[in-house]
Amino acid sequence: MTVLLIALGAALGAPLRYLTDRAVQARHHSRFPWGTLTVNVVGSLLLGAVVGVPAGPAVTALVGTGFCGALTTWSTFGYETVRLARAGDRRYALANALVSVVAGLGAATLGFALARTLTG
Amino acid sequence: MTQGAPRRVDPDVDLRVPTDRSELTAHPATVLGAIAAGGVLGALARAGVQAALPHTPTGFPWSTFAVNVTGCLLIGALMAVLGRRRVGPLVRPFLGVGVLGGFTTFSAYVVDVHRALAAGAAGIAWGYLAATLAGGLLAVVAGDALATRLLGRGAGRGGRPPGSGRRRRSPKAGRDDRSPGTGRDDRSPEAGRMDREGPR
Repeated sequence: MTVLLIALGAALGAPLRYLTDRAVQARHHSRFPWGTLTVNVVGSLLLGAVVGVPAGPAVTALVGTGFCGALTTWSTFGYETVRLARAGDRRYALANALVSVVAGLGAATLGFALARTLTG
Repeated sequence: MTQGAPRRVDPDVDLRVPTDRSELTAHPATVLGAIAAGGVLGALARAGVQAALPHTPTGFPWSTFAVNVTGCLLIGALMAVLGRRRVGPLVRPFLGVGVLGGFTTFSAYVVDVHRALAAGAAGIAWGYLAATLAGGLLAVVAGDALATRLLGRGAGRGGRPPGSGRRRRSPKAGRDDRSPGTGRDDRSPEAGRMDREGPR
């Protein structure tokens, strides 16, 4: 059952990352990877909330491990950071690493705190 | 990753690359289906590693660390191959966006840092944060270097370097949206190569 829930969450999360990335990237002309940053921050907020509730094993598998895990990505973030650095955009690379980590951690903390507050 | 020449930045979807730009309108269900299928496989593999190597809130999250660093090594290698070899149009969506995107996770990375901080293990939290950052970025570089080296050897033994082969007409690559006003100046060499390979 857990396997099915993870699979279902991932089957939604991965295409949603791709579609969000496309939609965000189509709205600006900078080389800064706003699309990946967006999915990573939103997914971190949501996972923080799942942990903060705290959700049961079924919701954790579906929304946490499956959906948030597939919506967010480390490989894309890592590749983009290295690409930017190698293409001469060192400032963008550094900004991407810093902003992603700070905003992601901030979002996870916020999601956790919000869930704690709302669920008492 | 060849030095100097700016190529794709986003391995998931880079709208500067014509084939990336047109793939969704050309085959929406196939592309999204390949991404979903890859995402399921990647996420289940990650869940397997996380179940095999559980950690306490104050312990070092080795499983997620290993997953993310391995995923970075593989994306570096995969993108090096895709930049130098002609492959099917679903390889990047399935393996890169789906499998590796679903395998690696940014949300569990930052949530584990938050959890360790909340549990009072600040050393573990910052150590894990920094180790993943350094390990992941170095892994991308290593994966790229390794694949480039292996491809180079292959070419030396009879394989062909990119662009040296005869031009093959690909009906799929042809449905490119050549929207007017798309300056060629901002196109990367990789994108340009893809363009040239398409039918005219």
